[in-house]
Amino acid sequence: MSRSLTVLACGPLTTVQDGGRIGQAALGIGRSGAADRAAAALANRLVGNPAGAAVLEVTLGGLAVRSDADLLVVTTGARCPGSPAHNAPVRLAAGTELRLGLPGQGLRTYLAVRGGIAVPPVLGSRSTDLLAGLGPAVVAVGDVLPVGATALPMPGVDVAPVADPPAGELTVPVLVGPRADWFTVDAWSTLTGAVYTVTSESNRIGLRLEGPALERVRPGELPSEGMVRGALQVPPSGTPVLFLADHPVTGGYPVIGYVVDDSVDRCAQLRPGQSLRFRATRG
Amino acid sequence: MRLLPSGSTALLVELDDLDAVLALYAALADRPPAGVVDLVPAARTVLVMTDPAVTTLDAVAAALRTTAPRPGARDEGEAVELPVHYDGADLAELAGLLDLSPGELVERHTAREWTVAFCGFAPGFGYLTQPGGGWEVPRRATPRTRVPPGSVALAGEFSGVYPRESPGGWQLIGRTDVAVFDVDRDPPALLSPGTRVRFVEVGGR
Repeated sequence: MSRSLTVLACGPLTTVQDGGRIGQAALGIGRSGAADRAAAALANRLVGNPAGAAVLEVTLGGLAVRSDADLLVVTTGARCPGSPAHNAPVRLAAGTELRLGLPGQGLRTYLAVRGGIAVPPVLGSRSTDLLAGLGPAVVAVGDVLPVGATALPMPGVDVAPVADPPAGELTVPVLVGPRADWFTVDAWSTLTGAVYTVTSESNRIGLRLEGPALERVRPGELPSEGMVRGALQVPPSGTPVLFLADHPVTGGYPVIGYVVDDSVDRCAQLRPGQSLRFRATRG
Repeated sequence: MRLLPSGSTALLVELDDLDAVLALYAALADRPPAGVVDLVPAARTVLVMTDPAVTTLDAVAAALRTTAPRPGARDEGEAVELPVHYDGADLAELAGLLDLSPGELVERHTAREWTVAFCGFAPGFGYLTQPGGGWEVPRRATPRTRVPPGSVALAGEFSGVYPRESPGGWQLIGRTDVAVFDVDRDPPALLSPGTRVRFVEVGGR
């Protein structure tokens, strides 16, 4: 019997993600990987997978899979109705279906299988980078996803006591960015005082925000420079874009601030319409 | 060298010019300080990404300050030859803008070797410069939504080859059949920082 999952439905967007492509940025290849790294890492820990094993990242539920063998699975991140395995690994007997409903709060659910999703890696990673067009194809109905055999001893944890992603306003710490001096002093006060709303144009590349514009004191173009996730890049419109997993390796608009890395995971769980506040902090 | 904050896991090193960027990048790529996991050289900066489980930004900053740049770092061996059909959609108009004939523009593009300064924009997209520069090419006022793969283009002081179809605002002067990026090839990127390139005209115009 093959160890695999057959995809019966995939919701708005399901991709394979792992720890991402590290060490190739100088070739223009970004890291990509799970948008909520903490949730993906928890899912792997709970089924005894090595950190960085490939999981499914399910956006707004809707994934249905049939187990083609006896497999151990867990879901983390956004809690979907229909998952008996949320933050708690369960055995999925051969022929059994797992159907994830629409989560009440949060955006991204991680489904880990003991052994890891074993689609062929591309440039050292099984992550789908939607901006660069690299990695496995987006998961589609009818796909048969192979499950690997490499696993560590089980951690012996029945349930991980973690909070669900918040439904209301989220406040995250923000550090002064490399080009904060391209903006007025008021711009920093605005960024760290105002409420921003996540718009529906948001994706794995970044959160597009609605809110007060940030005014520049320096006109002109910035020579493109490298950036990492968490960057608050400010295009000419003045409203910041918060970069997530599939952000471009380099950008030509000034970065006013950076969300502290750990908190980017929580930002990746925000749904359109949710409010986001930035609290100034010092590294 | 100016160290700029770039979040809780990275530092942005700002330098005087592209040569200083290449020299620092060459030194760091050769012997990365402990905990440095990735580097992004760009026009005036090198982004240094760290693994916070292994090091601190203070430790990396100290290591950067004592890193001796390796000036003049260029790949040894043969230059990569890229055959180009100089029939790009912007060739004639751009030549006019630069007060050149199309033939003179092609002559300038092929006469001297280029070097990949850095990559970005897309996997395998190299920003190439000619020693001594001399190019000052405006971007198109309205970027194209679809630039064909293999397009050879100019913008600012740089030349580049589009690895795959994508939007783009550079001036298109020609096209090459050589795949500059192919995930099934090792290495996948033909052009990496330091690679020398010579464009060779093929076919008619």
